[in-house]
Amino acid sequence: MTDFLTVSDMTVAYGDNVVMKDVSFSVHEGDIFIIMGASGCGKSTLLSVLTGLKEPAKGTEVFNGTDFWPGTPENRKNAMRQAGILYQSGALWTSMTLAENIALPLEQYTNLTAAEIRDIVALKLDLVGLAGFQDFYPAEISGGMKKRAGLARALALDPKIVFFDEPSAGLDPVSSKNLDDLIVQIRDTLQTTIVMVTHELPSLLGIGTNSIYLDVDTKSAIAHGAPRDLLKNPPNEKVRRFLNRGA
Amino acid sequence: MMSTVQLIPAKKELTVVFGGDWSIETPFENVSDFETLAKSPFSAVVFSGESVRRWDSSFVATILHFITVCKKEKKSYRFEKMPDGALPLIELALKVPPRDLPPRANGRKPFLDALGETSLSFFAGCADAFSFCRQAYASLRRFLRGKAVLRKSDLWLALQEAGANALPIVSLICFMIGLIVAFVGSIQLKLFGAQIYVASLVAIAVTRVMGAIMAGVIMSGRTGASYAATIGSMQVNEEVDALETMGISPFDFLVTPRLLALSLMMPFLTVYADITGILGGAFVGIVMLDLSPEEYVRATMNALKMRHVLVGIAYGASYGVIIALCGCFQGIRCGRNASAVGKATTSAVVVSIVLMTVDTAVLTFLFNMFGV
Ligand SMILES: Nc1ncnc2c1ncn2[C@@H]1O[C@H](COP(=O)(O)OP(=O)(O)OP(=O)(O)O)[C@@H](O)[C@H]1O
Ligand SMILES: [Mg+2]
Repeated sequence: MTDFLTVSDMTVAYGDNVVMKDVSFSVHEGDIFIIMGASGCGKSTLLSVLTGLKEPAKGTEVFNGTDFWPGTPENRKNAMRQAGILYQSGALWTSMTLAENIALPLEQYTNLTAAEIRDIVALKLDLVGLAGFQDFYPAEISGGMKKRAGLARALALDPKIVFFDEPSAGLDPVSSKNLDDLIVQIRDTLQTTIVMVTHELPSLLGIGTNSIYLDVDTKSAIAHGAPRDLLKNPPNEKVRRFLNRGA
Repeated sequence: MMSTVQLIPAKKELTVVFGGDWSIETPFENVSDFETLAKSPFSAVVFSGESVRRWDSSFVATILHFITVCKKEKKSYRFEKMPDGALPLIELALKVPPRDLPPRANGRKPFLDALGETSLSFFAGCADAFSFCRQAYASLRRFLRGKAVLRKSDLWLALQEAGANALPIVSLICFMIGLIVAFVGSIQLKLFGAQIYVASLVAIAVTRVMGAIMAGVIMSGRTGASYAATIGSMQVNEEVDALETMGISPFDFLVTPRLLALSLMMPFLTVYADITGILGGAFVGIVMLDLSPEEYVRATMNALKMRHVLVGIAYGASYGVIIALCGCFQGIRCGRNASAVGKATTSAVVVSIVLMTVDTAVLTFLFNMFGV
């Protein structure tokens, strides 16, 4: 297995407020890599560093063979073409229909004709179970549907890696399970690597193949490995309690 | 029955007996006696809840306050006969010790500190605004070379929004302004029987500066604010992040179409404002001052000089750039919550009006210097 994403000795701070210190990990191709930890430990922050929105104070990230941090904005932009992102809130562009949302990255990065783009948009919406919702605006669909539409947009360019920020937050257990199944299907059928922030235990134990646990107090990664193995052999008390719902 | 707190000092222990009905709806027992007593040399404090009849959060809050005092005075404490359910609640509250967070800078700062910080943040803000303008300029150049990613339909919509859709409100306000200028002027001019000069007064005042200023103020409240609110709520919704990570510059996609639309439309709006303003003046001249229409038109045409109109258009065009930049700047720099959007909208309007004033002063000075 090759590493798709390697982070070494990364320190991230907001001004003087250090959020995490010297975090290192790597994500292999085909992994469903989970970033977990208590609320406020910096999961979303780490994700915004990984996707090039926030510069780390120190450390390197190698993304699909290119230097991401440090690296030039141009490098990052090119590398990000291989990535799709599903934001915590869906982050669909509210002034555009679902079809236009999914079409925008296709228009920008491919030379497809309008008709071809229409077919791809229909396919992506079918994949996430939103067939026929092309002309709906984001405000006209439910929260769970927005998540799925966001996923369809993230998948628009057949990315090699997809980042998720709490995909199942705010979903009922059944929808959340369906979303998990969808994520696994996408990984298996499209060979996509997945990096996911979540604290839904059923979901991370169910589908995670590798993970790190970020600790609020020490501001570092205090566990590393497949979530199910961590549940069996917890390296420390904090991780044991986290994976057992505080028991 | 009211809540009661009895303090019973003994040799080694201070017993605190709580009693009565505790309710957050009535003021509860004063605690200052305990604070003074706690300073005396007991080693332990006993909290007894034996005679409490009813209790709620007020009871628990009082005990927690006493416990804080005990901790400060380094006294041990224990509980006796507490009502059911109160102890678990107290334990829950004490379970997570307060985190050692750095003190937040609240309240009043010394004057010089505040002054220093304000001026530092002012300069930082200026530098930020400058870098924003540079990025906007770079994006505009990308657009001119056909390399910017934006949707034509967005540009059309912005043009329509900043142009045609603004006409009704601009008509109303500018007609009123023409009316007012003519009316106020006529009262003075009538004294000399020089009513006919109302026409030139209105024509020059409106075309040279008033039309542009009114159009600018209207557009900053109408369109600048809407730019800030739209882009700001996209920021809250992570939509701007989504653009950026997709390799689409928010400047190309959001700022450039708006900047272009407003800068292109403002000169037209200014001319339109001039026309409605002159019509407002004519209304007063013809209806109230009994000037004949031909007379009024002739006087207006005599006073209207191309150079006044062009000066007005120059003001208008510069206002368009200022308003669009302020609106987009506040939107892009907007924080991540609802109140930040409100703040961004307010700042967009206030800052653009202040900058318009400065801009008017500078341009007026220049025009005077070159005798335009
Ligand atoms: N824009 C910001 N400016 C300053 N500090 C921030 C900012 N955003 C987050 N933080 C701080 O960084 C820390 C990590 O925040 P982050 O949002 O990454 O947490 P999280 O792990 O995603 O939490 P949650 O699970 O609740 O979403 C928090 O302590 C927060 O106070
Ligand atoms: Mg988060």
